[in-house]
Amino acid sequence: MPMTRDEIFSKVKSVLADALGVDEEEIKPSATLSGDLGAESIDYLDIVFRIEKAFNIKIPKGELFPDPQAMQGLLKDPRYVQNNKVTAQGLEELKRLMPHLDLAAVGEDPDISKMTNLFTVNAVVNYVESKVNA
Amino acid sequence: MRWLWIDRFTEFVPRCSATAVKNVTLAEEHLHDLYPDFPVFPHSLIIEGMAQTAGILVGEAGAFREKVILAKITRATFHRLVRPGDVLEYHARIDRFSEQGASASGTVKAAGELVAEIELVFSHIDRNMAGMRFPEHNFVFSEQFTDLLRGFRTAGSVPLPESPPAGGTAAAEG
Repeated sequence: MPMTRDEIFSKVKSVLADALGVDEEEIKPSATLSGDLGAESIDYLDIVFRIEKAFNIKIPKGELFPDPQAMQGLLKDPRYVQNNKVTAQGLEELKRLMPHLDLAAVGEDPDISKMTNLFTVNAVVNYVESKVNA
Repeated sequence: MRWLWIDRFTEFVPRCSATAVKNVTLAEEHLHDLYPDFPVFPHSLIIEGMAQTAGILVGEAGAFREKVILAKITRATFHRLVRPGDVLEYHARIDRFSEQGASASGTVKAAGELVAEIELVFSHIDRNMAGMRFPEHNFVFSEQFTDLLRGFRTAGSVPLPESPPAGGTAAAEG
């Protein structure tokens, strides 16, 4: 039976509260994992493990969150990044690699330092929804 | 001083779970550092004991090829103090294991009483720190650590694990 978006959000919220040690009330759909909820690099691995367990799904490397090495390659590619801004082609590539990201959030200011803002609670819910209701 | 906070494995199920023991003695200097005239074993070293038990389990699951680093103490709940004469039993199990790392959890007991519940995340650092280079040799699993496992495997008191670790020969096999 497919899960509703609310059911997925509620479970994702509980996973993030456990992984990041934050109150569930702080976990809004638009909250960014690192900026708002304080996630550090190792937390992303912990979140992947917990989401796999909570939803009984397998998350291949680099699918929910980018593989650090692949991301470094992408950010060094002049087709995708120029003057520390992600190009339109770069945003297209990100969308192709990770369709669950809410790219509209950085459309106005595609500075590479803002790219972590793409990883919101909503992006995690989008991803899980695409897996459990596939 | 050697940075070893478990004395012996008493059970080792590759890629799954392990039990190690630690004898707490009054001769250990750090027992006297927290409170005057009231020696206790520090909580931080209880976490380290679990990290070593679970970390060797995780390392063995990757045939000791990965540099396994304790990256996160997700949770550590303590239920009672540990005093000289206590024998700590660390029961660790791998919850998730991937190319990037592993999560593990377990309990610490003394004389059947629950001392602590601990959840940890380990990183395979070569896979996670993009752009950073580490020494080629595995500085995590030094002889000291692999000796612990070798000692368990040759002790004979507990049957040796039936199957070899994933991926071939383990450095600890001896």
